[in-house]
Amino acid sequence: MKILVCISHVPDTTSRINFTEGNSKFDTNDVQFVMNPNDEFGLTRAMWLKEKQGATVHVVNVGGPETEPTLRKALAIGADEAIRVNTPASDGFNVAKQLANITNEGEYDLIICGRESIDYNGGMVPGMIAKLTGANFVNMCINIEVEGTNVTAAREIDGGKEIINTSLPLVLAGQKGIVQEADLRIPNMRGIMQARSKPLNVKEPIDINTQTKITSFSKPDSKGAVKLVDNVDELIKLLHQEAKVI
Amino acid sequence: MSVLVYTESEEGTFKKIAFEAVSYAKGIADMLGTTVTAVSINVNNTNQLGKYGASKVLQVSNNQLQSFNASAYADTIAQAAKSEASQVVIISSSANSKYLAPLLAVNMEAGFVPNVTELPISTSPFKISSSVFSNKAFAITEITTETKLIGLAKNTFGVLENEISLAVEDFAPSLSESDFNNKVSSLEKVNDKVTIADADIVVSAGRGLKGPENWRMIEELAEILGAATACSKPVSDLGWRPHGEHVGQTGKPVSSNLYIAIGISGAIQHLAGVNSSKVKVVINNDPEAPFFKAADYGIVGDAFEFVPQLIEKLKEFKSNNA
Repeated sequence: MKILVCISHVPDTTSRINFTEGNSKFDTNDVQFVMNPNDEFGLTRAMWLKEKQGATVHVVNVGGPETEPTLRKALAIGADEAIRVNTPASDGFNVAKQLANITNEGEYDLIICGRESIDYNGGMVPGMIAKLTGANFVNMCINIEVEGTNVTAAREIDGGKEIINTSLPLVLAGQKGIVQEADLRIPNMRGIMQARSKPLNVKEPIDINTQTKITSFSKPDSKGAVKLVDNVDELIKLLHQEAKVI
Repeated sequence: MSVLVYTESEEGTFKKIAFEAVSYAKGIADMLGTTVTAVSINVNNTNQLGKYGASKVLQVSNNQLQSFNASAYADTIAQAAKSEASQVVIISSSANSKYLAPLLAVNMEAGFVPNVTELPISTSPFKISSSVFSNKAFAITEITTETKLIGLAKNTFGVLENEISLAVEDFAPSLSESDFNNKVSSLEKVNDKVTIADADIVVSAGRGLKGPENWRMIEELAEILGAATACSKPVSDLGWRPHGEHVGQTGKPVSSNLYIAIGISGAIQHLAGVNSSKVKVVINNDPEAPFFKAADYGIVGDAFEFVPQLIEKLKEFKSNNA
């Protein structure tokens, strides 16, 4: 089985969100970038599949050279090869097109993504790859077992979960649950040393027509200070009369 | 040319987000000088959509679509859009709509903007605002494709009444075998409780509650308010509550009218998931808890003292306002 894990390189959750160049660009000054948390769950699951039944695991990212440390980390965790598509991750469709191209070229059986990146929160790339390549698709995936080309996956739904029977080739959008947080792999020294000699291939992007373009950013108005009360009567009164939510 | 809106339902009944989506579609249709066509799947009483501004409903009745299937539902909506020659298609931001959205976007060759919070800024060029960075910022996006797909964030536009006469038409999509490659073999669902996704009010608790045995009062408070129960990440990691209750960045998002956080300090990852709730109340005995900075109302105090009081007083309030 050939597995492709798609990795986003995103600002750490605790980053200050600021914009530059007339509010048209995200300000990366003093921002620490990390592997997208939803993708980390999927990467660990890929390692489990590799160890349990044998698989090659490649990781891919669409972005400039500054994203390579995140790919090296994925190699240190255990991926066999990394690919970087050398173009900025401008919009979801562009990223999906590039990844669909990599998927077709590499003839991957299973494509593991995260359910959304924590920066733009689009959640569209996994489904778009599936539709573009003709693969099956499971969103918000919290479990997967593969036997031959048969797949049993679990999807989180409102108030529960459903079990889906499907087949490879498959794109899944993973999240916490596909492995638990406590099970997340982190690189060890041996992995870090090995990662240095693993291939990281840079590929030039294919040409596409962009569909959407962010023209500017803004930040929400700063919110007023919290109203502190010292008794529940007052709280109920405020929620009823002022906030009108009960 | 009408604006097409997918009106979501469950077991034959529209969800509240369907009415919000129609209200929103009506707003865009007015900007474009056109009308709203809704598409519904296996809903019996579609007449109520006229109340929110739909002029027409394409009613799909199909046994194969009894349970949700992203691929088949996306194909159905795409075909409805095609038959209406719609250039703007509206969907909600529910888990199911997020599942089908990318399939639909590729199918229609439509530029897609999710998490939209208001009407477009302009329709030519088509520019629209959406929330990004976990509600810490807004982006204005220009969609350059002929067909546009818009995912409306929950609880942002509101349900607006706008009575209009409604024409109901049957619509039969042609579905292919490959639409049904994914087969749901079983479903585990709690039916007697309001879900976090549907709830207007969410009552959430954290490690401040000291142990799973103390959740009875949280459940009771939720019951009185008709609220869903939720929890912080450490609580689900410790196994005190099921994972499905975890709200936050790596858990479920919450966009309720009221979010009550009890014994939750308000780590940035937690706030990222609950930011889009309208009114936030915090009860915490630590006045330095970061959640107070993000909250609208707060009580600095012991949950074990204030929650039982809140339950008693809300019972009184409910019986006086029934």
